[in-house]
Amino acid sequence: MTTWIAIGLTAAGCYLAKLLGLSVPPGALERPLVRRLAALLPVALLAALTALQTVDDGNGALVVDARLAGLAAAGVVLLLRAPFLLVVAAGVLVTAGCRAIGG
Amino acid sequence: MRDSLGVGFAVGLSGFAFGVTAASGGLSVAQACALSLLVFTGASQFALVGALAAGGNPVTAAAGAFFLGVRNCFYGLRLSTVLRPSARVRPLAAHWVIDETSVVALAQPTGALARLGFAVSGTTLFVCWNLTTLLGALGAGSIGDPEAWGLDAASPAVFLALLAPMLHSTAERATAVLAVLLALGCLPLLPAGVPVLVAALAAPVVLLCAGRRGRGSGGSVEETEVAR
Repeated sequence: MTTWIAIGLTAAGCYLAKLLGLSVPPGALERPLVRRLAALLPVALLAALTALQTVDDGNGALVVDARLAGLAAAGVVLLLRAPFLLVVAAGVLVTAGCRAIGG
Repeated sequence: MRDSLGVGFAVGLSGFAFGVTAASGGLSVAQACALSLLVFTGASQFALVGALAAGGNPVTAAAGAFFLGVRNCFYGLRLSTVLRPSARVRPLAAHWVIDETSVVALAQPTGALARLGFAVSGTTLFVCWNLTTLLGALGAGSIGDPEAWGLDAASPAVFLALLAPMLHSTAERATAVLAVLLALGCLPLLPAGVPVLVAALAAPVVLLCAGRRGRGSGGSVEETEVAR
């Protein structure tokens, strides 16, 4: 049940954010400071999520495992300007490979 | 048109990864599909599932996902001037305001092409994303241990791929580094889902510091931004 509550809240919140953007008259939220904050907010969230989901052991402790190797591989592929698909595939395959070898 | 389909294919793979991640994170097939149908913004969905799987409470988990979804509001602001949707179409079009459709629509030279690009990429993505979520959620049980396939690395890799193109100036890089430090520092101390929200504070902190430094050296951050 709690999962459905989380789904409902997320769906409503995310939809309203999208609708608000399309509905507000142009210029109303276009203040430079608001725009700067809006640009930086996803940067902070995505960076934090990338880090957390790479080293979180699921019990609130940090752990270094095959995921870190996978993420490093994804990073290298990103630097080569490869498309989105290859970046994710590299992360998944290298993580799986490290685990298969015994990491 | 070709761009739209290419993006659709790439998103299909992450949809599959999302379905598997959701199912192995303890969500039912119906819950995974409901997320893809109703939320339809990938980063928020991965964030929500990750927070729930880590044992976060539903409100904290939804808050983290919501803050990630706020960026779509700003895409909408830019899109509304290009697409000029009628009042009747707007509630429908709003659901498709995401990273990929915005990139495709805003890259078109004319309003008509932008509308076409938005509609085609929106349709392709919505269909691909939901079908592959269903397949992933259904298939999660039959592929055995998702960790053996490295699928727990899919979600951080998706986040990294979304993050990388945003890191074009010092302010963005500083925000990312500060957010990582805050998140990892808070991880052992705070309940699941909360470290992400604390890390979000990196954005206003960096903005404040940059503003102060900008004023000190004569030019404001806003001016440099407009110039760029």
